[in-house]
Amino acid sequence: MKADVGAPLAVKRSGALFRFSAIGREIGGAAEFIVIPALALAGSLALFGIFVALFGKNPLDLYFYMYYGAFGTWFSWQNTLTRAAPLILTALCTALPAQLGMVIIGGEGALLIGALAATSAALAMGAAPPWFVDVAMACAGMIGGGLWIMLSGALRQYRGVNETISSLLLVYIALAVLNFLVEGPMHDPTSLNKPSTREIGAANMIGNIPGMDVHWGLVLGLIAALLSYILIYHTVFGFAARVAGGNIRAAKVVGLSVGKLILITCFLAGAAAGLAGMMEVAAVQGRTNANLAAGYGFAGILVAFLARQNPLAIIPVAILLGGISASGGLLQRRLGLPDASVLVLEGTIFVVVLASDALYGRLPFLQRKKA
Amino acid sequence: MTFDNISRRRVLKGTAALALGAGLPLQRAAAADTTVGFIYVGSRDDYGYNQAHAAGAAALKKMAGVKVVEEEKVAETEAVEKTMESMINLDGSTLLFPTSFGYFNPHVLKMAVKYPKIRFQHCGGLWTEKDPKNVGSYFGYIDEAQHVAGVIAGHMSKSGKLGFVAAKPIPQVLRNINAFTLGAKLANPKITTQVIFTGDWSMPVKEAEATNSLIDAGVDVVTCHVDGPKTVVENAARRGAFVSGYHVNQSVLAPQAYLTGAEWNWEVLYPRFVKMFTAGETIPNFYRGGLKEELVKVSSYGKMVPAEAAAHADKIKAELIAGSYVIFKGPIADNKGKTVIAADVSRGQTDPELEKMDYLVAGVIGATS
Repeated sequence: MKADVGAPLAVKRSGALFRFSAIGREIGGAAEFIVIPALALAGSLALFGIFVALFGKNPLDLYFYMYYGAFGTWFSWQNTLTRAAPLILTALCTALPAQLGMVIIGGEGALLIGALAATSAALAMGAAPPWFVDVAMACAGMIGGGLWIMLSGALRQYRGVNETISSLLLVYIALAVLNFLVEGPMHDPTSLNKPSTREIGAANMIGNIPGMDVHWGLVLGLIAALLSYILIYHTVFGFAARVAGGNIRAAKVVGLSVGKLILITCFLAGAAAGLAGMMEVAAVQGRTNANLAAGYGFAGILVAFLARQNPLAIIPVAILLGGISASGGLLQRRLGLPDASVLVLEGTIFVVVLASDALYGRLPFLQRKKA
Repeated sequence: MTFDNISRRRVLKGTAALALGAGLPLQRAAAADTTVGFIYVGSRDDYGYNQAHAAGAAALKKMAGVKVVEEEKVAETEAVEKTMESMINLDGSTLLFPTSFGYFNPHVLKMAVKYPKIRFQHCGGLWTEKDPKNVGSYFGYIDEAQHVAGVIAGHMSKSGKLGFVAAKPIPQVLRNINAFTLGAKLANPKITTQVIFTGDWSMPVKEAEATNSLIDAGVDVVTCHVDGPKTVVENAARRGAFVSGYHVNQSVLAPQAYLTGAEWNWEVLYPRFVKMFTAGETIPNFYRGGLKEELVKVSSYGKMVPAEAAAHADKIKAELIAGSYVIFKGPIADNKGKTVIAADVSRGQTDPELEKMDYLVAGVIGATS
């Protein structure tokens, strides 16, 4: 993905790129993108079943409780969707820059900065009408998170700093900034043993989607994923980004402004994670404190890679991972498995799905018939 | 493993109904047993905060007619709300112990309003009159145990330098550091306690670095206030220093180095709460206590502690239990020379001023910000 990639390889790469972009129109190709991940998922569940059997538990019990805890009841569904909501947004923080061939893993930092910016906006508004405060919080959260990841993009573009490292390190800086602010300038003196900012006020809290015990972050996530899909696959900007991602030298040769693409994409990516942070404040916590650093940003990386960086695929993958973490509690309580077993399952899925990449184009029954 | 009260067929049927747009009525546990749910923020074998609560849960498992469900590593986000609801809806819990301090606001409060018939017992002592009546919050005056441990540490230190690895400069932590130091000064008035704040509750790498740098600076007794003291205890012992434990008894980790420690005593308190609950009595919304009320205890002293030091510590402990002794009794100056408790003022355990502690007493080397 670096500029020194040899020409023949570049040609091959852009060939793969165009095949990728045409999935929607190729029935055979589309089937491949559904069947292979499904096989990988089934394979990793089978592996996890063996792992659990080694601990003397019945794998059938395991599958039953996983299903029951994640999707078996209306309560389980809501539990799953609640956990999926922030993951959709933080996954976009990795998936959008991935179109440009960048590996951004700092969504957690953008989430924290977005939460801080949104809280600051709400506290600065005072007694403004709640809808106005919420819109201001969303804007502040997106701008805060957007600028944070844009910083990584700019370091890559102008200083040649590896964006993976810089975005990861910025997470720790964001956490330090958050701790400094909640324990110092933004500290609510009444939050003695749990340093926090002041509360944004009950009136400004965003409620649940009517009829569900899931907050509006889920809807925002779905909209953001859909818009990202349209942006990437159905606009000139998205096409340019994918060309630059396929071969940055070729993109420059044809006159694409790569720097601008990187900065804007990184801003949008950070804005998605920042919005997740804003929703955590406005719909869940009501204030900013260390509780926000709950790892949603890191889980989002996993979601993005499992979804092969496709914004639409992020939605089912986020729901799947939300379901796994929702059922994790039941696995602990009914089967006596340690919490780490959920991590083992997530890791297994991750490795098997990535390994299944080797199968694309190699399963004869999935190939499109040549005319 | 049997499916206690949910049959596979019933769930499949319910799911089919769900697919048709109808909700599945959630199955409740059989009413014969009281199901108690425990939620931990970290792992329950952390040799620390969470293990102390898990020991309390283990004590409940021995009671007849009580079923315990446990979940560990639950974040202080919506995850804990969903875990509480899951324990209520899927396990039929009627009494919940969400044990992390950060679960209280907004998560426990939100669930208490939503489930008014369920009892929530939160650890942290945060309940106030405006909060729901089905919530209780309890806490122990563990600084009493730290004070006694400080006496032992003061006797055992040859260099006159104690080390304290602490998470955050918040009132609870400062109170422990101060009580420990004041205890040590009873044994050696010139002793100092060097404090290092790591910035968060579970930072094993920083805790190890802090322990090492304290020992490099000449400290020969180390204690701590972090969620899992394992790292501190093991590193200090490896470097040849003595340790004073926290949360639970860590002597198994370092039998040669473990002097004593300040422990929670939840295995006494939780059966007390559950007995009140099953008998239909009201559990007090606000419940606090120290050594006397058996909410905290002091680890039994290590073999290396001489009889003289043990006798001194036991004397202070006996006076604390009798209620004739006050740790924060003026005059007390902070480590910048300012008088924080005047000569004629005696701040007993229940004094609300102590809840706002924002200073380190004279003898402590370190700063709160």
